[in-house]
Amino acid sequence: MIPLLETQDLCYTYGAGTPFEKKAVQNVSVKIHQGEFIGVIGHTGSGKSTLIQMLNGLIRPTSGKVLLSGRDIWEDPKKIRAVRFKVGMVFQYPEDQLFEETVLKDIQFGPRNMALPESEIERRARAAAKFVGLPDDLLDKSPFELSGGEKRRVAIAGVIAMDPDVLILDEPTAGLDPAGREVLLSEILDYHKKRGNTVLLVSHSMEDVARVASRVLVMNASHLQMLDRTEAVFARDQELESIGLQVPQVTKIMAELKGRGYPVKTCLTVEQAVAQLLPLVRKGDDRA
Amino acid sequence: MEFIKAEDVHFTYDEPNEEHPDAPVHEVLKGIDLSIGRGEFVALLGHNGSGKSTMAKMFNSMLTPTSGKVLVDGMDTADESKTYDIRRQVGMVQQNPDNQLVASIVEEDVAFGPENLGIEPKEIRRRVDEALKAVDMYEYRTHAPYKLSGGQKQRVAIAGILAMETACIVLDEPTAMLDPRGRAEVMDTIRMLNHDKGITIILITHYMDEAVQAGRVIVMDSGRILTQGTPEEVFSQVDLLKTHKLDVPQATELAFRLSNAGCKFPRCVLTIDECVDALVPMLSGKGDSA
Repeated sequence: MIPLLETQDLCYTYGAGTPFEKKAVQNVSVKIHQGEFIGVIGHTGSGKSTLIQMLNGLIRPTSGKVLLSGRDIWEDPKKIRAVRFKVGMVFQYPEDQLFEETVLKDIQFGPRNMALPESEIERRARAAAKFVGLPDDLLDKSPFELSGGEKRRVAIAGVIAMDPDVLILDEPTAGLDPAGREVLLSEILDYHKKRGNTVLLVSHSMEDVARVASRVLVMNASHLQMLDRTEAVFARDQELESIGLQVPQVTKIMAELKGRGYPVKTCLTVEQAVAQLLPLVRKGDDRA
Repeated sequence: MEFIKAEDVHFTYDEPNEEHPDAPVHEVLKGIDLSIGRGEFVALLGHNGSGKSTMAKMFNSMLTPTSGKVLVDGMDTADESKTYDIRRQVGMVQQNPDNQLVASIVEEDVAFGPENLGIEPKEIRRRVDEALKAVDMYEYRTHAPYKLSGGQKQRVAIAGILAMETACIVLDEPTAMLDPRGRAEVMDTIRMLNHDKGITIILITHYMDEAVQAGRVIVMDSGRILTQGTPEEVFSQVDLLKTHKLDVPQATELAFRLSNAGCKFPRCVLTIDECVDALVPMLSGKGDSA
């Protein structure tokens, strides 16, 4: 099966040939399949933002290739815009980029650029608004009247409305309160399940990544450090800590217990830890 | 000793509307009574829109109450003749590290505050060096701020306030945009300033693992104080926090769920180590009622 998105020996160097030359991404080769939910983690400056910007053709690799459905996205540079419709990107703090008179018009901006029929633009925009939980009565308001969380939803809906095969979200929950994070994350997960497309979630929140990702891509010092199942990545807690990352608290607790010889496995959520610990506590009782 | 006092503070952002005098007024703060002692480390929690950032802006007179009173070291924040004295006492660090550094060299940025206070150059030099050493950024003093990591930028912002020798620092989600290492650096710095230098800290955060490091936690909801107390007292109220759109640290939640299933934890667990230490005797059968 051809991977939906593939990178081959991808490299990017800022300021190549100048004294300020900086290799931001070096030799990254990954294969991402249709319908995967990938968490992307790495400390600031690890190269993850540069990597995702290459995935939708915002910046052109210094060397190496990005293949979308098996085809080099830079095969015909004039058609790079079409790639950006297929690989949608939601930037950090996307609410800063709203500009239209009404919420609906803002969401329609993407599909309108795709030169779709008006009825289809309307349908997509309304469907996208629904996916991110924006009620109908907000659609005619100015985006600037909305709360921070609502504005962010508008921005995400604007990208979803282009119906991309790959959706890349850069820190979509940054700055939201715990309940806001939870709701937005659930909406993204729900959208992913219903639409069946590929999602890449860039996040500094290990808890969020542990909860939703099926695989995790770890960048460190411009290189690909890991790309593996979520459990397998977070089982390497000491390695992650050594590169400035963390594992969720509950994962760390279970790793500590495992280190002390208790028969527990890597956990990603509190629910999993409770399920593993309860029988062990009871067993402890019996012995006593 | 009391340093900041809020008495029945109400606040609304709405201007009185002459055309529609009956238009609903959205009150952000609805009667806050609060007292913060010199040298305290207080964490202020609340969901978005709970009023916590508005409250924080009251502490250095960026906002003044619509009714009620805020006193800083005995000075009324509504008294404009005292504004500069108040800001000399209470410094503010914001969420976005890129929005608060003004100079092109780290040490010049740190000197910006004391320069504005009209302090003599020799003294500024001493304060800048000391502040940069305190946040462990001295070796970066001649670097350009834009080349620093987020955690480093926040520490420079904190140094800028230290150089004004304020007694209190209010930090409004200083780690929201940082990676895990940056967050740890900033939290280490905050704890050190409180512990070693006796600086009063008011930390607004959505990260519960940061809030547990404070001496006192104040939870706001809909413009009022919902609950306050030591981290143990506040985070033991798991249900209350969850119904008000807040969270508890995962370690606390794990212990809470196990308690509900019949495991007996000796007390409220707040950190990874506390959780492991409490679990180990149970797992070997020594900690439970059996």
